[in-house]
Amino acid sequence: MDIDVRIPDSSRAAAADFGDGSGVSVMAGGTIMMNLLNSYRAQPSKVLLLHKAGLSYVNQDGSTVTIGATTPLADLAGLPAPLGPCAANIGDPAIRGQGTVGGNLCAIASEEFPVGDLQGALLALGATVRSTGEGGERTEGLAEFLSSGGSRLLLEVSFQLPAAGAFEALRRPHTKHFTPLAVSGALASDGEVRLAATGAASTGVRLSSAEAAANDPSEAGQAALEDVTLADDALASAWYRGRTLPTLVERVLTQLKEQA
Amino acid sequence: MRIEVNGAGHNVTSPPLASLLTVLREEMDVTSVKAGCESGGCGACTVLIDGQPRRSCLTPVVTAVGSEVTTVEGLGTPDSPSAIQQSFIHHYAMQCGFCTPGLVVAATAYVNGGGSDDLDSVAEAISGHVCRCTGYNKILEAVAAAVKSSEFDLSSTAVDKNTVVIKTGGAV
Repeated sequence: MDIDVRIPDSSRAAAADFGDGSGVSVMAGGTIMMNLLNSYRAQPSKVLLLHKAGLSYVNQDGSTVTIGATTPLADLAGLPAPLGPCAANIGDPAIRGQGTVGGNLCAIASEEFPVGDLQGALLALGATVRSTGEGGERTEGLAEFLSSGGSRLLLEVSFQLPAAGAFEALRRPHTKHFTPLAVSGALASDGEVRLAATGAASTGVRLSSAEAAANDPSEAGQAALEDVTLADDALASAWYRGRTLPTLVERVLTQLKEQA
Repeated sequence: MRIEVNGAGHNVTSPPLASLLTVLREEMDVTSVKAGCESGGCGACTVLIDGQPRRSCLTPVVTAVGSEVTTVEGLGTPDSPSAIQQSFIHHYAMQCGFCTPGLVVAATAYVNGGGSDDLDSVAEAISGHVCRCTGYNKILEAVAAAVKSSEFDLSSTAVDKNTVVIKTGGAV
């Protein structure tokens, strides 16, 4: 069966080709979609390729950073923690050159492994997401975007540079593996501390109990266990994640205190 | 649809979402590019696209239109290996050879991009490549030595392979 392949040359054309998103598979860097196509796990009838849609950019206006949906992960490596170190921790140079911010945020966690490494870092930064689809464009918080379901075309993500930031992750054995567990933390300029984990569950999760106890890093680490239902998969057991999550939270909060 | 591979043009007959890997191997007989895992995890299909390392298995061929694709065939020949290839020979950085084209391509991008000879940096640069033979140390040494090209003369293009084997043999 021939696949209807669209290659829009602007974000406006991409939004038109996407429509309400029904029956459309979106591909930016290809690291997720090509994997599915190569193995026939996805057999789409219409594919939207975004490499010419003009959505690859990192702009800074004062303390506001705006990142286009098809910006490769490699272009984030120079940004401050937690986002820069988080992006640099993904895959290898080739994967970071291909994988994109949008793909990472829209990745549907498979039944096998948690994907979407950037979600935790961007949740900690309180990022907002601009997307298009049914009902036109809208801007919302990343947490709402991740939990809204439905099909949206992500256009860009924005956040305020934090006063301090930190990223800690369990080491992964090789590129093929996703990070079993990572914790991102950010101290906003208004003094609010936000913490989020990736790898603990199918999407990034805010650690609100840990945030409430942020003044005591050790206590906050234990409190974080109340915020997540820990994944139990081939990368790491729930038991192991449960033993290491408090340590990562404690390290992140300690680093935030040192920077503040 | 026309792509440029190792300086020559090629009219693609596969559909636009065929992987670059498939087109290179099946249409163009560029067989240095290996089909390993075909899911991005082994590195054996790595090519340079406009000088940057990319997984050809994860690259829809249509996205390579307008870019220059380079494989090891475009880096050197058996009679005139590139500096990186010479360094791999000098350091015995291969055994079965399946992973070698991808590693040479990744190492070329790393060295050309001003990478350092620090072994941790080299390890990060080649972390996407699986080798089941060497235990990696020889590969790390070869890439680091290519950065420190003063260790031996990498500018010479003619390599006496017999001499190289004897030299390296003493060090193994």
